[in-house]
Amino acid sequence: MNAFSEIKLIAGKDLRIEMRSRILLSQVLPFGAIVVLLFAFALDPDRGILARVAPGLFWITVLLAALLAIGRAFSIEQQHGARDGLRLAGLDGSSVFIGKAIAIAVQLAILEAVLGLTVVVLYGVEVHGVVVLLATASAATIGLAAAGTLYGVLAAGLRARETLLPLLLLPVLAPVMLGATRAFEDGLEGVPGNAWPWVALLTVFALLYTGVGMLAFGPLWEDT
Amino acid sequence: MPNVLKLREAVCLLGRFPALAGLDLDLDAGGITLLSGPNGAGKTTLLRLLAGLVPLHSGTGSVLGFDLNTDRVSHRRRLALVGHDTFCYDDLTVRENLIFSAKASGRKAAIGESTMERLGLSHVAGVLHSRLSAGQRRRLALAAAFGRDPELLLLDEPHAGLDAEGREILDEILRETDATGRTVIIASHELERTRALSNREFSIRGGRAYLIEQA
Amino acid sequence: MSEKRQNRDDRSALLPRAVGRVVDALTLISIGALTFFGLWASPADVVQGDAQRIMYLHVPAAWAAYVAFGITTLASLLWLWPRTRSAVWDRVAGASAEIGLIFTGLTLLLGSLWGRPVWGVWWAWDARLVSTAVLFFLYLGYLAIRAVPAEPIVRARRSAITAVIVFIDVPIVHFSVDWWRTLHQKATVFNPELNPEIEGVMALTLWIGVVAFTLLYVSLMNRRYQLAYLEEGLEETALDAAILQRSGGVK
Repeated sequence: MNAFSEIKLIAGKDLRIEMRSRILLSQVLPFGAIVVLLFAFALDPDRGILARVAPGLFWITVLLAALLAIGRAFSIEQQHGARDGLRLAGLDGSSVFIGKAIAIAVQLAILEAVLGLTVVVLYGVEVHGVVVLLATASAATIGLAAAGTLYGVLAAGLRARETLLPLLLLPVLAPVMLGATRAFEDGLEGVPGNAWPWVALLTVFALLYTGVGMLAFGPLWEDT
Repeated sequence: MPNVLKLREAVCLLGRFPALAGLDLDLDAGGITLLSGPNGAGKTTLLRLLAGLVPLHSGTGSVLGFDLNTDRVSHRRRLALVGHDTFCYDDLTVRENLIFSAKASGRKAAIGESTMERLGLSHVAGVLHSRLSAGQRRRLALAAAFGRDPELLLLDEPHAGLDAEGREILDEILRETDATGRTVIIASHELERTRALSNREFSIRGGRAYLIEQA
Repeated sequence: MSEKRQNRDDRSALLPRAVGRVVDALTLISIGALTFFGLWASPADVVQGDAQRIMYLHVPAAWAAYVAFGITTLASLLWLWPRTRSAVWDRVAGASAEIGLIFTGLTLLLGSLWGRPVWGVWWAWDARLVSTAVLFFLYLGYLAIRAVPAEPIVRARRSAITAVIVFIDVPIVHFSVDWWRTLHQKATVFNPELNPEIEGVMALTLWIGVVAFTLLYVSLMNRRYQLAYLEEGLEETALDAAILQRSGGVK
C-alpha cells in the first residue's frame, strides 16, 4: 500500500469514528461556546472591549478546544489496544502522522468556523479582510494539527497524559496563538498588509512541525 | 527446519518489574507450541516481545530472522497476535474493523469479509464493536488475526470467552494453519484442550521458559 | 528503526577528579570576585542606582541558561545520531536541562526584582523577558517528559526527540515575541536609553559574572552527571536483584 492510501485509511478511520461518536459536536464545540460566553462575563460586554479583543479570545478558545480534540484523537487508539493493532499492521509512521493530523485539522476547521461565527455574533465583530482571515486560519490550523499530533503521541500512553499534554503543547503553540491573533487583528482593522508577515510565520511553523513530525512520529509511536 | 525464534537471556520490563527474567527459547518453524504456566509468569510479555511490541531490556533475540535489538518492526507484517485486547475501535462496526485491519496490514478488503464469515460473525457485521459480547469480541480479534495470513501466529488465551461453537471453529482453523507449515504459539490455561492441539510445550515460570518433555 | 543498546560501561564522571576539583575551586573564587566587584568595586549606576547591580547576576544567569539549553540540544542530537549514541549524551542532556531551567528561573526572578525599582513594575512585557518565560515552560515540559519512567533506551529516545522539537520552537518564539513587541507597541518600557553603554569596572564586573556562572554551570553539570550515573547504577542493581528473585535464584 502506498503512502497516500495509508494516509487516507488513517484519516478516514479517525473521521468516521468522530462522525459516529460525535465527541466534537456534542462536547468539544459546546465547551468552546461556553468559554466564549464566559469571556463576556469576565470582561465588560458593554464597552466594546469584547469586539476589540475578540481575535485573542477566539484563538485562546480554539487552543483550549484543540487540546481536547488532540487528546481524543489519541484516546481512541488507547482503547482495546488499537494502537498495538496499528503498530502490528506495519503502517509507516509518517503516514500515521499525516493521517491523524489531517483528521485533527478537519475537526479544527469545523471548530474554528462555528466558534468564529459565535464570536462574530456574540461580540459584535465586524468582519473585514476575509482573505487574510482565511489564510491565517489555514496556516494556523495546519500548525496546530501538526504540532498537536506530534505532542499528542508523545503524551499518549503515558501516565498523567491529560495533564502532560497541555503543559507540553501550550508553550510550543505560543507563537501560533500570537501570530494568529495579530494577523486577525490586522485583518479586522483593515490593514491586511501588516498581517502577511504573521501569516508567513504561521506557515513556517506549520511546515517545520509537519516535517519534524514526519520524522519523529514513527519512533515516538513505537516507544511506550 | 529453519529457526523461527531464538531468545537468549531475554529480560523485558513492565515498568520496573522484570516480566521476563533471562529467558532462553528456541523454536523451529512449523507446529503448534503451547506456553503453559501460572498467571503472571510472563506468557503475555513473551508474546508481546515476539511481536515486537515491547523492547528487550537486555539479552538477545531474533524472530523470523530479524534481530529484536536492532529492528523490532520489520517482521510484524509476517505475524499476527491475538491478545487480551481486540485491537479494534468501539465506534466502528465488525465489518469496518475487519476491513480496516485488512487494509492497514496491506491486504485486500475482501479478506475482511471472508474471515468474518469463517468466524461466524456475518450476522453481526453491521454491529458496533462496543455492542458486542465478550465471545463476539474474541471472534472478531481472531478474525482480524487470521485475515493477516501470518507465518507466525501468536495467541494469548485464545479460547477465553469463546462459546463451544467458537472453540470448535478456532481449533479447526489452528489445525489448518498447522497443516500449511506455519508456526503457532499459544499461551493458555486450558491445558487439556491445547495439549491435544500442540506438539511442543514450554512451561513459563518466573519469567523463564522450561521445555516439557512430552510422552 | 535501529535500537542499538546504550553502552553501560561508560564514563562515570564528566571531568577527571582533579579537573573537577579545580573547576569547583575556580567557581568559588570567581563567585567571590563577583561578589566583591558587584557589591563594592563597581560604582552605582547613574540612572538606576544600586538596582543595576542585579544585572551582574541577571545577565550571566541568562547566558548560562542559553548555554545549558544549547548543550541539551547538542547532546540530544549526538544521542540520536547512531554513530555517537551513548548513555553519556542522555545524561548530559538531562542534567544540562535541569540546570538551565534553574538559571532561567533565576533570570526571570532577577529580571522581575530589577524591573520593580527601574521600570516601576514587577513584570514588563519586554520581548526578551517574555521569550525567556516561554523558554522556561518549554523546558519544564521537556523535564516532565524525562520524569516519566520507562525502559532506559525508550526514555532516552523520547527525551532526545523532545529536546529537538522543543528547541525548534525557540527561534520561532523569539521572532514572534520580538515582532509582537516591536511592531505594535513601539515605546516599550525596555527602552535603550535606560541601558547605556557600559564600560570600565562595570563591564569588567559583568564579564566576571559571565565567567563565574559558566564555571558554576560546569561544576553543577559535573555533579548532576555523576548523580545521574549513580542513580542508573542503583536502578540496575535493583533490577538485577529483581531478576534473580523472579527467576528463582538460578543464574
